[in-house]
Amino acid sequence: MGTRQIELEVMRYNPEKDEAPWFQQYSVPCEEDWAILDALIYVKDNLDSTLSYRWSCHMMVCGSCGMTVNGEPHLTCKTFIRDLPDKVRVEPLENFPIERDLVVVLDDVMQKLQLAKPYIIRKDDPPPEDEEYPQSRAALKKFKQYTMCINCMLCYSACPQYGLSNDFIGPAALSLAHRYNLDSRDQGKAQRLDILADHDGVWECSFVGACSEACPKNVDPAAAIQQMKVDGTMEWWKQKFGLTGDKP
Amino acid sequence: MTIARKALVWGLFAAGGTLTSFVFPSLIALFLLIASGNTPVGLEYGQIHAFAASWMGKASLFGVIFLALWHAAHRLRVAAHDLGLRVDGLVASVLYLVAALGSALAVYYLVLI
Repeated sequence: MGTRQIELEVMRYNPEKDEAPWFQQYSVPCEEDWAILDALIYVKDNLDSTLSYRWSCHMMVCGSCGMTVNGEPHLTCKTFIRDLPDKVRVEPLENFPIERDLVVVLDDVMQKLQLAKPYIIRKDDPPPEDEEYPQSRAALKKFKQYTMCINCMLCYSACPQYGLSNDFIGPAALSLAHRYNLDSRDQGKAQRLDILADHDGVWECSFVGACSEACPKNVDPAAAIQQMKVDGTMEWWKQKFGLTGDKP
Repeated sequence: MTIARKALVWGLFAAGGTLTSFVFPSLIALFLLIASGNTPVGLEYGQIHAFAASWMGKASLFGVIFLALWHAAHRLRVAAHDLGLRVDGLVASVLYLVAALGSALAVYYLVLI
């Protein structure tokens, strides 16, 4: 296989030394089948060991190598050199503070994922250990798509609403909540909606749909949020007319 | 925490959107049919007028007009925000007021029929 010379323009930032982020050029001889992540690894191993970036699995499972490639949020392990021009600009994910170089601080989103109460909530006592909550294949199909999220946070990087205000709970956390709301074994929908259909929850989404376009796992968070708006509206009317015994 | 009152605003918006997406294409199709001299049977002027003059017809027409106006107002409000106009209070007040005015006029003219 031949190699192709790629000019990599990488954003660098060391908060202890630099006043502002800046760009560094690297000329990388890339193999035909390389992804951007391979080019970054080449830089780290051969050209500049001070470059910082996150990665782990190199196979679209761990969700840690999300970066902005030529202006768009991508997993760098599935963004291939062969689909890109000779000059590629790599920046950290947008809408997050930079920890160093291409590494961003994800604390805010980690907190928001917890708001979604991403676990099965039951009103009854937990069943004896040798029993299970059975679920049909059809019931699983209803939410399976939303279980595919790998928390790569490309959706937060793409979301203009989150860019405007970090108070917005945001796509991944909301679609994670929706995954549990749709789960036939779960009974915690009203509890979740009480938090997620509040002011900074689903209503802040203006349905731009950038999250679903950015998602590398086809989760479609935008659809989850619109469906939660319907659920939130129904729940609001239920609460108004006192039809719900679900109030936490 | 409780579910925000935004649920009500959004609920009307969603209802308006769903309704409009069915009703308005039909209206356009009906307009084109009538304009080209192919008035569908049962939808002649007299019949539609009789429908609009009944209380049932008036209520339905009001529902469609009110929800469509509310939908448009809310859509414009969100669009203004997305386009960078960040005075939501003012934008929302003006747009919802226009929708309310339109709805009030609809009531006036529907009662006159």
